[in-house]
Amino acid sequence: MDVTIKDVEHIAKLAKLNFSDEEKEKFTAQFNEILSFMQKLDELDTSKVEPLSHVIELENVMREDVVKPSLPTGDALKNAPSKTDKFFKVPKVIER
Amino acid sequence: MAETYRTFRKRLLAGEASCKSAVEAYLGRARKDSHLNAFLQLFDEAVENAERVDEKIKSGRAGKLAGLVLGVKDVIAVKGRRLTCGSKILENFESVYDATVIERLRDEDAIIIGKTNMDEFAMGSSTEYSGYGPVLNPVDTSRVPGGSSGGSAAAVAAELCHVALGTDTGGSIRQPASFCGVVGLKPTYGRVSRYGLVAFASSFDVIGPFANSVYDAALIMEVLSGHDGLDSTSAARPVPSYTALLDRDVKSFRVGVARESLGAGVADDVRHALETQIDELRAAGAEIKEVSMPHLDYTIPTYYVLATAEASSNLERYDGARYGHRSNEAEELEEMYVQSRTEGFGPEVKRRIMLGTFVLSAGYYDAYYRKAQRVRRLIKEDFDHAFKDVDAIITPTAPTTAFRIGEKTSDPIQMYLSDIFTVSANLAGIPGISVPVGKDSSSLPIGLQLLGRQFEEETILTIANHIEQSLKS
Repeated sequence: MDVTIKDVEHIAKLAKLNFSDEEKEKFTAQFNEILSFMQKLDELDTSKVEPLSHVIELENVMREDVVKPSLPTGDALKNAPSKTDKFFKVPKVIER
Repeated sequence: MAETYRTFRKRLLAGEASCKSAVEAYLGRARKDSHLNAFLQLFDEAVENAERVDEKIKSGRAGKLAGLVLGVKDVIAVKGRRLTCGSKILENFESVYDATVIERLRDEDAIIIGKTNMDEFAMGSSTEYSGYGPVLNPVDTSRVPGGSSGGSAAAVAAELCHVALGTDTGGSIRQPASFCGVVGLKPTYGRVSRYGLVAFASSFDVIGPFANSVYDAALIMEVLSGHDGLDSTSAARPVPSYTALLDRDVKSFRVGVARESLGAGVADDVRHALETQIDELRAAGAEIKEVSMPHLDYTIPTYYVLATAEASSNLERYDGARYGHRSNEAEELEEMYVQSRTEGFGPEVKRRIMLGTFVLSAGYYDAYYRKAQRVRRLIKEDFDHAFKDVDAIITPTAPTTAFRIGEKTSDPIQMYLSDIFTVSANLAGIPGISVPVGKDSSSLPIGLQLLGRQFEEETILTIANHIEQSLKS
């Protein structure tokens, strides 16, 4: 299966990234190389193997439902590129 | 030979040294060696902190790590300090809390002298992908230090700190430890709290130490390990006294050698150094057995499918809204997301976000992501099977010694393949340690890797300690 520039453009849209035409071309070639490398996995019959998502035995962790101090608003806003006294400020989303 | 923390501590407690003068000396060297680019920030207040620890020593209240001079990979939060992850997208980000590991180390009077350089978001095997310039290998400055924790490895090798923290998602502690000639330990998944660690691939990431001796690594692990209520993936298991167990006789251990890891693609000098150590262990009474890793060739593709998928998801948060770089060009919200990310991320991070987005996208999820999760189980089962017969497995840490700067940056797959012997430990969640075992014909350090069962760090630490001691005598 070959990935085309069109596919790369679609993935870039999903990933919210922009690429120049030159980058797209370079990327399409690298993408195909890396994917064909990943397709080595197709050599293995895994029809009877369950997917593994957790490597250690984890139990559900519950805690008492009590209020504890959390990050103060000022700290949470400290690194905001744009803010008001209580809110993150972003470009207008809804037209009046 | 670099002075270990253990030796320094003896001098310190005997009144022959002070934390203050040590910290000043380390800071001085770090400034002098700024061409290595190992540190992104140095903390001047470390000197005052050292004075406080000196006072505590005088009054007999000093902690277990009193005066340990520590470097911290810049992916771990230190309150009030910049946290860049080696990325321009976080150039001005300042941590608003301390990571649990930082609290634990400070509680034992370790002194943090700075944040170390790294591949952007820990994605890389050479520390050439830092947004703040590459790190040079102190052993040979025309070579890479390995990655992604290259700054931490270089800092410990060049004696710019006693110990440094790194993170290991696919080999990012062990491979640079090998390239720089220091000890590097990747703990079991869940052994060390990740609260305050910026996420890359959450089913793989662990924090661990670089040190100039196995003892120092074992000592700091006693402080780092253990359950943390702030990290639900940290394991509630008792923490052994690793240092007390180091001097056990290796006679009681069965050590596996994976034939697949000594075959084609491994440099002759690396293979030879390993065979010498295997013979030494046999002579010391350890039982050496052959084990098989039939899925070794599948580890890199499996890892890169899963790790890029997790990374693409974890890095969604950098959208310019709440923190990090926001583009000045954007007038609309969607534009703000796309432009901020495009301007802020470097090429390798973009490549991995794209790959991860692809393998998770509609139509490809089963073929790539689910498939890789299934192969991950096969790889873990290889280890479960092998560890029925042996207590530890020996492989090279990396197939070669440190490569030249620029040698692999144009070929992502060649770069990925330098992790071939390390990624399997992350896929299986088991601990691994790299210990220096001599040099090759170009005087570059060679690393030997020991892999152990989950939550049995003490076994690989003991065998690594034996190897280190036998090389001294």
